Amino acid sequence: MTAPASRRSTGARAWLDAIRRDRKASVGALILVLFALLAVVGPLLVGDPTALVAVPLEPPSSAHWLGTTGQGQDVLAQTVVGTRVSLLIGFAVGIVVVLVGSLVGVTAGYFGGRVDGMLSLLFNVFLVIPGLPLAIVLAAYLPSGPLTVAAVLVFTGWAWNARVVRGQTLSLRRRDFVLASVVSGESSLRIITREILPNMTSLLVAQVIGSSVYAIGALVGLEFLGLGDVSSVTWGTNLYWASNDSALLTGAWWTYVPTGVCVALVGFGLVMLNSGFDEITNPRLQMERAWRAHLAAAGQPASRSTPVVVRDG
Amino acid sequence: MRFILQRLGFYLLAAWAALTLNFFLPRLMPGDPATALFARFRGQLRPEAMQALREAFGLTPEPLLGQYITYLGHVLRGDFGVSVAYFPSPVSTIIGTGLLWTMFLAGTAVAVSFVLGTLLGVAAAWWRGGWMDTLLPPALALLGAFPYFWLAMVALYVFGFQLAWFPLGHAYADDLTPGMNLPFLASVLRHAALPVGTVVVATLGGWMLSMRNTMVSVLGSDYVNLARAKGLPPSRVVLRYAARNALLPSVTGFGMALGFVLGGSLLTEIVFSYPGQGYLLLQAVQSQDYPLMQGIFLVITLAVLGANWLVDIAYLWLDPRTREGS
Repeated sequence: MTAPASRRSTGARAWLDAIRRDRKASVGALILVLFALLAVVGPLLVGDPTALVAVPLEPPSSAHWLGTTGQGQDVLAQTVVGTRVSLLIGFAVGIVVVLVGSLVGVTAGYFGGRVDGMLSLLFNVFLVIPGLPLAIVLAAYLPSGPLTVAAVLVFTGWAWNARVVRGQTLSLRRRDFVLASVVSGESSLRIITREILPNMTSLLVAQVIGSSVYAIGALVGLEFLGLGDVSSVTWGTNLYWASNDSALLTGAWWTYVPTGVCVALVGFGLVMLNSGFDEITNPRLQMERAWRAHLAAAGQPASRSTPVVVRDG
Repeated sequence: MRFILQRLGFYLLAAWAALTLNFFLPRLMPGDPATALFARFRGQLRPEAMQALREAFGLTPEPLLGQYITYLGHVLRGDFGVSVAYFPSPVSTIIGTGLLWTMFLAGTAVAVSFVLGTLLGVAAAWWRGGWMDTLLPPALALLGAFPYFWLAMVALYVFGFQLAWFPLGHAYADDLTPGMNLPFLASVLRHAALPVGTVVVATLGGWMLSMRNTMVSVLGSDYVNLARAKGLPPSRVVLRYAARNALLPSVTGFGMALGFVLGGSLLTEIVFSYPGQGYLLLQAVQSQDYPLMQGIFLVITLAVLGANWLVDIAYLWLDPRTREGS
C-alpha cells in the first residue's frame, strides 16, 4: 500500500469521527443519509408517479398514504420520485458553483494586483444584483429543461463562493510554505493545486454544503414558478401543480405539505452538518473549545465575560 | 464623504452591468432574437404590438453598438418599452403601481426581522445557556430551511383559510379606496400581516445567530468588563457598549440579505396574490411578456442597489473608524 493512499483513508476516517463526535453534525448526516437512501431506492418501491390512480384530491387513506393530487396521482410516489431529481440537480449545482467560484477566487487571491481588482469587482457586482429575479428572467428566455435551470443557478450563485475562497487564498498566499514554493520556482498551477487548494479542503466542503442549500431552495422556487420542465416530477413541479390545481383554496394541504417538509429537512440537515463542521475546523471555535475545557477543569461555570461561543451538547 | 462617493461609484457600475446584462438577455435566445420572439407570438399579436416589441428591444437593423446606445437612451429616460400582455400600456406605468407594494412588503419584512432577530441575539448572548440560547436557534434554523413561499402557503391555509383570522390575499379590501384614512391603513396592515410574518419567521434565525455569536465575543472584551466593573447599569452596558459594536457585521450582511429577502418575498407575493412586483413577474412569465419581465428585473435591481447604498451610509454613522479614514 502506498503512503498517500493510506493517508487519504485516515483523512476520511478523521472526518467521519469528527461527524460522530459532534451531535449537530451527526443529526445532519443522519437526515442526509436517509434522504440519499430514499433517492436511490425509493423510486423502485413506489408506483409510477404520473399514473392516474384514484379520484383527484383524495385525502390521505390506507390506499394512498399521502392522498392524491388534483389530477388523481399518488402524492407519496410523486414526493419520493421527486427526491431523486431534486437532490441530483441540487448537489450537482452546489458542486459546480464551488468549482466556478473557487477558480475565480483562487485566481484573484493568488495573482493579486490588477487581476484581483477586475475579478473582485466582477463578483462584488454579481453579489449586489438580486439573484432570483435575474434567474427568473434568464430561465424564461432560455429553452426550458433541467440543464437550463442548473446553468442559471450556477450563473447567479457563484459569486459568494468566489469571495470566500479569495479571502482564504489571500491569507494562505502569505504563509511561509507557499512563499517557499514560489522561491523554489514551482509553477503557479502546481502551487495552487498542490499547496493552496489542499489546505482549504474543509472550507471547500463547507462551501459545497452551503451552495447545495442555496441550489435546492432556488431550484424549488424556479420550478414552483413553472420555469423548469413542468412535465417532470420534482419537488418544485409538485408544488407548481399543487398551486395550479388550487390546492390552497380547496384545503388540500396533503398535496404540498410533504414536499415542503422534505425540502426543509434536507436544508436543515445540510445546515446542521455545516455548523458541526464549522465547530471542528474553525480555529476560533477551536480556541473556544480549549477555553471550555479549561473552565471545566477548574470547575468554573462560564460567566458573561468568558468569550465562549459554543456550548456543550 | 470619500467612502460614500466610492460606494456610489461602485453601485453605478453595478447598475450599468445590470443594464448591459439586460440588453444582452434577449440576444441569448438561440438563433436570431427577433425571429425567435416573433415566432413565439405569431398570430397572437397585432402588427403594432410587434413593432413596439421590436423597438423595446432595440432590435433594429442597426449594428449592435448602435442598438446598445439606443437602448441605453431609452432606459435613461425611464422608457422600458411597451408591455405585451397589457398592450398598449408602457412597462414603466405597470411597474410603477406594483413597486410601492413590493418595497413596503419586503422593506417591512427585512426591517422587522433584522430588529427582532438582533434583539433576540442580544438577549441570547446576555442570558447565555437560557432557553432562548439553547432551544430557539435550532428551531429557527429548521423554520428557515422551509422555502418562503411554502411557509406562506401553510400560513395562508391555517390562518387565512381554516381560522379566517386574516384575509386570503390582495393588499387591501376591495371595497376601500386607497387614501390616508384609518380604515384603509388598517386594511393594509391586516393584509400585510401574513406575508410579512412568514418572511420574518423564515429569516429571523440568521440575524439572531450572527448577532448572538458576535455579541458573545464582544461581551468578553476588556472594555465591556471595565464598563461592568464601573457599575454601569446592565442595560447601558448591553445596548450602548456591547450591542453597538456587535451590530457591525450584521449591518454589513444587511445589504446582501436585502436582495436575497426581496427575491423570497417576490414568491411570497405570488402565494398571497399581493399586487407587487412578484405577482407581476409571474404574470409576465406566464404570458411571455419579455419587456415587462426585463423592466421588473431592472427596477428591482436598481431598488436593491439604492438600498445597499443607504446601508453603507448607515454603516458610516455606526462605525466612526470609516469616518476617520476618509
